[in-house]
Amino acid sequence: MMKYIAIFILSFIFWILLTFSFSISNIVVGIAAALVTSFVFGKYFLKHVRPFLQIQRYYWLIIYLFIFTWECIKANFDVAYRVLHPAMPIKPGIVKVKLGLKTNIAKTILANSITMTPGTISVDIVGDEIYVHWIYISTDNVEEYSQKIAGRFEKYIKKIFE
Amino acid sequence: MEIIGFIFICIGILFNLFGCIGLIRLPDVYNRLQSATKCVTLGTCSILIGVVFYYGFTNGGIKAIVAIPILFFAATVAAHALVKGAYIFGIKLGDKSVKDDYKDVHKS
Repeated sequence: MMKYIAIFILSFIFWILLTFSFSISNIVVGIAAALVTSFVFGKYFLKHVRPFLQIQRYYWLIIYLFIFTWECIKANFDVAYRVLHPAMPIKPGIVKVKLGLKTNIAKTILANSITMTPGTISVDIVGDEIYVHWIYISTDNVEEYSQKIAGRFEKYIKKIFE
Repeated sequence: MEIIGFIFICIGILFNLFGCIGLIRLPDVYNRLQSATKCVTLGTCSILIGVVFYYGFTNGGIKAIVAIPILFFAATVAAHALVKGAYIFGIKLGDKSVKDDYKDVHKS
């Protein structure tokens, strides 16, 4: 029952942000739409509600967002440099990286983060290994590039989502 | 405030331009997607932030803020699907590639 209420609250907040008008009719329609959404989709998302109420997860989430934004900006300058350089310094390939994460949501967020960071795109996840297309393979050492690709985010994502 | 907005929008357009140049210059599908996801996503996000500064916290500004996370998730998931789809379809990695660990998985 709690997870239906959580979905209801989230979708209602989303409705308010999307429409952003506080007239009575708008709010009534929003409540109706959020009710329908929570009845139809309530059983698919969210296994437990408790993680939403733990404050320290939000603290780590904010730190993670700052690190992530910084990596994104770095990624852009990296790609811009490779594109504009006359000789195009690229050495692409697909590498395999081992993950230390268990839950599906954490793996998904990590894969999305890898896609947005400098020079890497996640191709596929098989079991607990993630395949990453890397635009410039700087080293052949497995330990070293695992740390370089996934290590930066893994500990934060572990704290936030597990 | 308007000037800050214009600066953000200009930076965004510049990065979108870099992304498009990359789309033409880089050799194969996988590398092109790299430039398409990174530069174009952050360029568009920068334009949206410029819109937020320009309009402030009104109807349009809030919608621009809501659009940023949606854009992030859509772009990353779409890039992942395109890369995997291209690989399964049988498009080879370019000539400059040095390594391919994914080959073994896909064969089985």
